[in-house]
Amino acid sequence: MPNRQRRAALAVTMGAVLGLAGALAAGPVLAQAAPRTDLVVGMRLEPPHLDPTAGAAAAIDEVTYANLFEPLTRIDAEGKVVPGFAEKWEVSADGLTYTFHLRKGAKFHDGSDADSADVKFSLDRARGAESVNAQKGYFAAIAGVEAPDARTVVVTLSRPDGLFLFHMASGDAAIVAPESAGANKQTPVGTGPFKFERWVAGDRVVLVRNPDYDGPKPALERVTFRFINDPAAQVAALKAGDIDSFPQFDTYEALPQFRDDGAFTVMVGTTEGETILGTNNARKPFDDVRVRRAMAHAIDRKTLIDGVLFGNGAAIGSHFPPHRAGYVDLTGLYPYDPDKAKALLAEAGLPDGFATTLRLPPPIYARRSGELIAAMLAEVGIRVTVEPMEWAPWLEKVFKGKDYDLTLIAHTEPLDIDIYGRPDYYFNYQSERFNAVGAELDRTQDPAKRNALYGEQQRILAEDAVNGFLFMLPSATVQKSAVQGMWVNRPIQANDVTGVRWK
Amino acid sequence: MLAFLVRRLLTLALTAWLATLVVFAVLEAIPGDPALVMLGTSAQPEAVAALRAQMGLDRPWPVRYAGWVGGMLHGDFGTSLTYARPVAGLVADRLAITLPLAGLALLLSAGIAIPLGLFAAGRQGRAGDWAVMAFGQMGIAVPGFWFAILLILLFSVRLGWFSAGGFPGWEAGAAPALKALLLPAVALALPEAAILARITRTAALDTLREEYVRTAVAKGLPRRVVLRRHVLPNALIPVATILGLQFSFLVAGAVVVENVFTLPGLGRLLYQAIGQHDLIVVQSVVVLLAVTVVAVNALVDIACAAIDPRPRVTA
Repeated sequence: MPNRQRRAALAVTMGAVLGLAGALAAGPVLAQAAPRTDLVVGMRLEPPHLDPTAGAAAAIDEVTYANLFEPLTRIDAEGKVVPGFAEKWEVSADGLTYTFHLRKGAKFHDGSDADSADVKFSLDRARGAESVNAQKGYFAAIAGVEAPDARTVVVTLSRPDGLFLFHMASGDAAIVAPESAGANKQTPVGTGPFKFERWVAGDRVVLVRNPDYDGPKPALERVTFRFINDPAAQVAALKAGDIDSFPQFDTYEALPQFRDDGAFTVMVGTTEGETILGTNNARKPFDDVRVRRAMAHAIDRKTLIDGVLFGNGAAIGSHFPPHRAGYVDLTGLYPYDPDKAKALLAEAGLPDGFATTLRLPPPIYARRSGELIAAMLAEVGIRVTVEPMEWAPWLEKVFKGKDYDLTLIAHTEPLDIDIYGRPDYYFNYQSERFNAVGAELDRTQDPAKRNALYGEQQRILAEDAVNGFLFMLPSATVQKSAVQGMWVNRPIQANDVTGVRWK
Repeated sequence: MLAFLVRRLLTLALTAWLATLVVFAVLEAIPGDPALVMLGTSAQPEAVAALRAQMGLDRPWPVRYAGWVGGMLHGDFGTSLTYARPVAGLVADRLAITLPLAGLALLLSAGIAIPLGLFAAGRQGRAGDWAVMAFGQMGIAVPGFWFAILLILLFSVRLGWFSAGGFPGWEAGAAPALKALLLPAVALALPEAAILARITRTAALDTLREEYVRTAVAKGLPRRVVLRRHVLPNALIPVATILGLQFSFLVAGAVVVENVFTLPGLGRLLYQAIGQHDLIVVQSVVVLLAVTVVAVNALVDIACAAIDPRPRVTA
């Protein structure tokens, strides 16, 4: 290219770039009188796909639950089981037959009718041999599903299951249609008040209001879920006005600056995330209950909550959240008492303490708690080597392989105290007593009796000091002050935006 | 020239094959079961087993390696474990962001660096030269991610001119998409420009010492004309070489910048895939990047050999 042309080309290119920059920088100036009808919700992780019946990733439910897909029953903002796709139901006296009556006008987003055949299909698919439902166990008690007419479904169980209605309210039990189920991962078709519009991979999922929804219409016309993993980027996106509401905001150290800013509201609620110092009960010296109790006395939960959660979170004394019916406060069972801890260790034949390893998965609460706990245990002579791990190796070695001494993790499944009864779970905990209460729970429908049984289970776990019971993960939401109706608490992993509106 | 080309292409093929072996072996050695990662702590063992079988993870490694490499030769990069989509499609989606980003950054850095380098060379030892050198030193020293955060704080949080990150998608229109790419491109371009400006300056100074430049000056040509007509074209050869070499830095920089700006480009895909243990995606993207870097360097070599025949003889 002759030099003159080259120069001209360069000048044109530079001019274009600079001009573009100028034009883009001058953003649109909008004066809005009417309340907004769109919402941008921030999420930490992107869902791998959008089919809640084919994956355990919480992010799937956080986009689709109640908004796009509806299960037979639903969990509401208070954690109660309420009508979902079924408007009412009856349970037989023996607890083995559930009769669901479905909503009359329900339609799938593709326009097809949603009826009992779809329910039968959904449940049979979830419990079938080929099923990759992450919570296949939820459906294990089902012996058969009948659809006597288009609006009625009868589910028979092979054994009583006290949590059946609760589990049927999970995203894993969402009602899907045989025609669209195969494609739900990329183009989800549900019966909810919002329908899928588009997915910009790696960045956002957009839902729009479903004009044909048979129930109350949501106030929002469009909801965008944006995925921002980096803590600094989350703060910047909120401050720059890109995000309207960020639930499960876990950069706790940034909460004060949002509390001080009148443009934002900070809500701190509860989750189902019991955070525990996971202990390998089969390994020496943790097979000795005195050692486990010594550790319980050595941990100062208040310092932990202040240091890790900046004060936002409740202490627990067993594997049960304080906000749930049936909770028993056992936090006083092992008060912080290093001397008592040392005495217990001496009693267990370890007057000089011992050396052990604490394997930590990536979440920030785990890393921070781990460092503090290592320091606390060192005070009583337990020399802890902290070993940070990536998620995949942690799952492989600690969770599946049970190759660990101590670990630290939040268990976020709701009402998951039953994991202590699983024969092969990574705590390596075995208790006939606990399992007997569990069997009783499965036979019991009466709420008051169930709560008493849950209390008994909590006491057993606390007495056995199975794990170090630390705190509940809080659920912090940072949002623009004009946003109303986001859930404060997280009884399940969901961003139910059906009741959200702008002031 | 033909023998040189063939040798270059053979090296390229060998490197690509070695890359597949190394990447596969490394990922095999890292513990972690992708099926378990997908299903998480609440997973039932039978669900994990069913998923493993569905993903073909229960097959022995030689079968999986052969299947992977064989597939790639046919353009089939496999199916992402997390996204349950063909990797080729995923990569194409992400390239639609990373390539314009890299292109814009390259344009910006060359547009900034080459005039600055020439300017400094023309004022060697004076204040202008000193300023450019200082800019270069700073650009090299300041980490890219830090610079990216500063840009966000100023232009997004403070001034509100740009989004703090994210990408609306090309289907939202070219203007919003380009707007989303502009700040990241600047963040990516400036460290590159800093290095490039110094190299341009050195190359220009070397050329200024050549006989023909002295002749041009002696003829009475104004210095600006000398710089533009005689120095620039000759100085561009080392600059082009460096630009090619910098391609790999650009890719590495894109991983960082895409994460800070939450841009769903190839770098971010790779970063997320590693976190999610999405082996097929990691394998394929790493091999793709390795081959691209090697190919770009080969292209630069070939281009330089075409301009200047000497390396052909010695290579």
